[in-house]
Order: sequence, then C-alpha cells, then structure tokens
Amino acid sequence: MAKSLFEKVWDAHTVRTLSSGETQLFIGTHLIHEVTSPQAFGMLREMGLSVKFPERTYATVDHIVPTNESVEPFSDALADAMIKELRRNCKESEITFFDLDSGKQGVVHIVGPEQGLTQPGTTIACGDSHTSTHGAFGAIAFGVGTSQVRNILATQTMAMAELKVRRINVTGQLSPGVYAKDVILYIIRMLGVNGGTGFAYEYGGDVFDNMSMEERMTVCNMSIEGGARCGYVNPDETTFEYLKGRPYSPIGDDWGSAVELWKSYASDADCDYDDVVNIDAADIAPTVTWGINPGQAISINETIPSPDSVPADQVAGVEEALEFMQFEGGSAIKGIAIDVAFIGSCTNGRLSDLEEVAKYIQGKRVAEGIQAIVVPGSQVVAQIAKEKGLDRIFSEAGFEWRGAGCSMCLAMNPDKLVGDQICASSSNRNFKGRQGSPTGRTLLMSPLMVAAAAISGKVADAREVFGVGETVNA
Amino acid sequence: MALKKITQVSGTAVYVPGNDIDTDRIIPARFMKCITFDGLGEFMFYDVRRHEDGTPKDHPLDEPRFAGASILLTGNNFGCGSSREHAPQAIAKAGFNGVIAEGFAEIFFGNSTTLGLPLAVATKEDIQTIVAAVDKDPTTEVTIDVENQRIRFGDQEVTCFIRESARGGLIEGKWDQIAELLEGEAEINATAKELPYV
Repeated sequence: MAKSLFEKVWDAHTVRTLSSGETQLFIGTHLIHEVTSPQAFGMLREMGLSVKFPERTYATVDHIVPTNESVEPFSDALADAMIKELRRNCKESEITFFDLDSGKQGVVHIVGPEQGLTQPGTTIACGDSHTSTHGAFGAIAFGVGTSQVRNILATQTMAMAELKVRRINVTGQLSPGVYAKDVILYIIRMLGVNGGTGFAYEYGGDVFDNMSMEERMTVCNMSIEGGARCGYVNPDETTFEYLKGRPYSPIGDDWGSAVELWKSYASDADCDYDDVVNIDAADIAPTVTWGINPGQAISINETIPSPDSVPADQVAGVEEALEFMQFEGGSAIKGIAIDVAFIGSCTNGRLSDLEEVAKYIQGKRVAEGIQAIVVPGSQVVAQIAKEKGLDRIFSEAGFEWRGAGCSMCLAMNPDKLVGDQICASSSNRNFKGRQGSPTGRTLLMSPLMVAAAAISGKVADAREVFGVGETVNA
Repeated sequence: MALKKITQVSGTAVYVPGNDIDTDRIIPARFMKCITFDGLGEFMFYDVRRHEDGTPKDHPLDEPRFAGASILLTGNNFGCGSSREHAPQAIAKAGFNGVIAEGFAEIFFGNSTTLGLPLAVATKEDIQTIVAAVDKDPTTEVTIDVENQRIRFGDQEVTCFIRESARGGLIEGKWDQIAELLEGEAEINATAKELPYV
C-alpha cells in the first residue's frame, strides 16, 4: 500500500499500542536545552530512574544565553543556575553537551541540522515547540513538554496518537524578494493558527523542490504556529547534499546505504493524503504580521483589517489585536515606525539568512534611533559569517553583531523590548509580551524585510528599499 | 505507581475570554528561569493581570467574587504556541483542577493530561451558558464529569468532549504514562534493534 513519509516513519518507530490507544513511539534523536529539561532530570531522580540511551540525547544551551557577554558567571544569577544545572545533568547522565566553549553551541534547532544529527526517516523530539524545524530533512519531529522529556530520557519513547497528513503544494515560482518566511506566513494566514490541529503538514511542489535546506527549515519551523504538530519536506538530493560531510552524518560505505534508505522514506507518489491544499506561488508577497498571533498577517501593500471587514467570529480577535498593537483598522502596515529590528532565531538565524541581507545592506545605514541587532543562530553560523566578512558588513551598516542564542525571540536573556516598543523581527511569534516587555509589539517578517525596516526606520517593502529583482551588484 | 482516578472535578469557575490564548500569555517566558515548577502559580497570566509596576489590572482572575475558582472557562485554541509545560503547571499550581474551552492546542493538551488536569471541549454556546450562570452566581459549582463527558452547573447540564486517550487515562488513573512506557522495555529494545540508525 502506498504510504506517506509520515506513515512510513511512524510505522518504523512504533513500539506498541498503549492502553490509551495511543502509540508508544521510539524517538531516535532527543535534543534538550536548559529551560525545559531541569525538571525532567529532577523527576527522574525522584523516581530513581536513569537515562536509558544517553547516546541518543544531545544538549545545548540557547534560551537564556546572553548575546553580549560570554564570561561566566552570567550577571543574571537565575540564568547562571540554569546553565550549571544542565551541565551537571549532562555530566551525570553522560549526555553530549554542545556547551558554550564547544564552538558548536547555538539554538537547538540550528545546531541539530548543522551537526548532521537531523537525518531523514528519523524521529526527533525536543522540549521546544519549534522542533518541527527538523522536518525539513524528512524527519518526524515533535515539540514536547517536560514530562515527555522525562519519559524520553527514561524510555526513549513517547505516547502519541497518530496524526493525519495534509499535503500543502506550493507551485510555480516565488517572485524576487519573496522568501520562505513569506510562504509560511501566507500558509498560516490561509489555514489559521489552529488549522493544523490533528495534522502533520507535508510541504511539496516546485517551490519546496527548489528551496535550500535552510529555507525548508524556516517553513517547517513555523508549522506549529499553524497548529500542526509537525511539518516536513520529503528528502531529496538537496537534503543529501546538505548532510554530506557533517560531523554526525554517516561516512564511507555507510553514506551510500544511508542515502538509499533515506530515499525510501519519501512519500509514495500515489499515497493518499487526508487533505490537500494547493497554493500558487505567484499569490505570495512579502508578508508582515500586524496583530498578536502569526495568522494575523497581511502582505506589505495591504491595509490592516478593521473589525467590520472580517467575519463575525474574528471580530473580537481583531479588536483585541488592534487595541494591543495601537493600530487603526484600515490603515497601511507600510510606513509604521519601528524602534527595534531583530534578525535571528531558529526561524531565520541561519547563514543564508544573514548572507541574503548582507547582499543588500552594503552602503546603507540603520536609521537614526533604531536599535538593530543580528544574532547568529549558532557559534558555527557566527564563525562562518565572520570568515565571510558578514559581521563587518552588518556592523558598518549600524547593526549590533551579537553572540549565538535565542535572544530577542523570547527574551529570556537580557535582550528585551522596553515599554511598547515596536520590533521588526525575523522570529516566529508576535504574541503579547513575547519579546520581553508586556506591552512590547512584534511585527514578524523575513530577514530582508527586517533590514528594510531598520534602514527606513519604518515598515517598508524590501523590494523598493533595496531594488530587489533589479540587477543586483554581485 | 498508583495514580488518583480522576472521574470528575468540581469547583467554582472563572471565565477568561478570548481565542488563541498562547502559553506565553499563560506564563511569560521570564518566569521560566527556574529549575523546578514550584511557585509558578502566582505568575499565571501575570502580564494580563498586572501593570508593569505590579499594580493589578482589571482581570477576572482577580475579581474577589471569583476568588478560589478551580475551573477555568475560556475560548478556542487555548494553550497555543510554546510547548512549555510551565503553562499547565502554572494553572494547576494556581489551584485549577480543570479547564473548559472550545478547543485546545495539541501540545498543551498532552502536557495537561500528563499532569492529571482534565481539559474538556464544549461548544461556544454551552460555554456561554455556563459563563452566564457563573456570572449570575459565582458560587455556582461547576463539575466536569470526565467519565460521562458532561458538564454540570447549578441545575443545568451540557455535554462536553474529552479525547478518548485522555479520558481513559484520567478515569483509570493512568494519566501519567511513564509507568506504562517503562513496561514496554522489551519491545523498546526490539524496535531500537530494527532501526538502522540506532
């Protein structure tokens, strides 16, 4: 019987059926970080349990890491206690830890792929909702809570009900200046922030076939913002090319057999999907969120919805968002003044994100009074970026070049908005207070759109600011 | 590991309106700088309940007439966003023993069930009927009958839906699945052996 990748991977990792009717699913690769794991280790100790497969768990530290100091102890005593606790837990349980001095530390969803830990046909779990990122490789990757982190540490399995699969085809070609971020914001806007409940999203079509691995990661990363528990792209030559030679990728004879196996996991051409959605790439424009969830997004040339322009069931949500954002329904998103610009996060903190922006900002300057920060997603990204001179390009344009971490995506470190500042952000969530100030306002957009906003001092169309699509100086 | 069988939960209720209430709102990230879940209760919904100087805002959770409520009533897609278990932990530690909503985000649903916190899905209309009853008389006892998927309040009763995997676990005292997962050790090892990359 023809099967989707999801079904194949699910079946291969099924241990047994539990009394709840759920599946006990084997988790091949478990990633942990400092925020959601300490309580899990605490529970293991209380229960007298140990880590069953220590070699299948990898740790790094990302959420609380300051991006402008690298000396310990951190000035934040709580953050310092958290990193020490993770270090202790990894040492005691013999878990590989990509620590601050490893040269490999960074946002867990950037570290896994770049180390070659994220492989096709595997199951991955992490106590972090953006674990869906790893689906870009044709892995089935779930964000989980701390009790499940405990369960995976103790048994290498988790309980879960099988998902339905929705195939999302994006066909045609994206216009210049339209990026992976715009694709996923468009999908979430179209299907809703809870439209994916009960589904795994399988992304396919020309646009995904032509995307780089890093672009696929950006899309899969935000599957959870559309309510889907995971999202994935079938593995292909692009996937294998990316993985070849990574530290944890198979080598020698194992490489060839791994690739053959990985290919076999791709969805069969004639498999049945529970739902299919078709999108024309030409309909997708640079997109910006105007509200308080990632589905409240419009293209750069649209106006912000007003309560009387939406269906009855959305009126309260629009009113609440407009009040929080202090925006007028019916007004343009373009031209709204910003205070802060943030380029980084597990959504858009990879090398290609930084390279794309660097291509356009030379000779330009961040507008007066705007704080613009660039936070590479990992130490590896930071290192390669420096070798390519990107740090200098950003600095000369007036951006602050920082160390690796989650930073202002969720502001658990010192990088926070103040008061009701507006931030043009390449991150993934525009929830109330997400960026560290309870009244702070977030506008999600692609990294190049963030740069356009930083340089203009207001929300702008990157295609106009940078002449994207015209002949670019090489 | 014998767990309590949760066949029903009862208490007075409070309504926190809104759809798509995310886990950042339930427990802002800065309160996750901790290595235990202790003390999270007092920070539940902190930023919508307090001004930046710490003075209270006008929020239903702080209305004296709803003090001591243990059933939370809310809108659709409750608990979306971050997978932080800190969110249901905060709700439970603030004294709530059940949540009734039009719908729940999936990770939140699983995290809550694992803590023995029943989440019941009801229609918008039925929730509004409960809200009206509670608003009229905040001492109204609201019961989520997990076993029979009913919500009783005053002399009224409506149906609710609790996903079977969760309902069974709650009423049989198997909502924390670690014991059963551990029992599968032989099968776990067999599966691991079959997987080429493990």
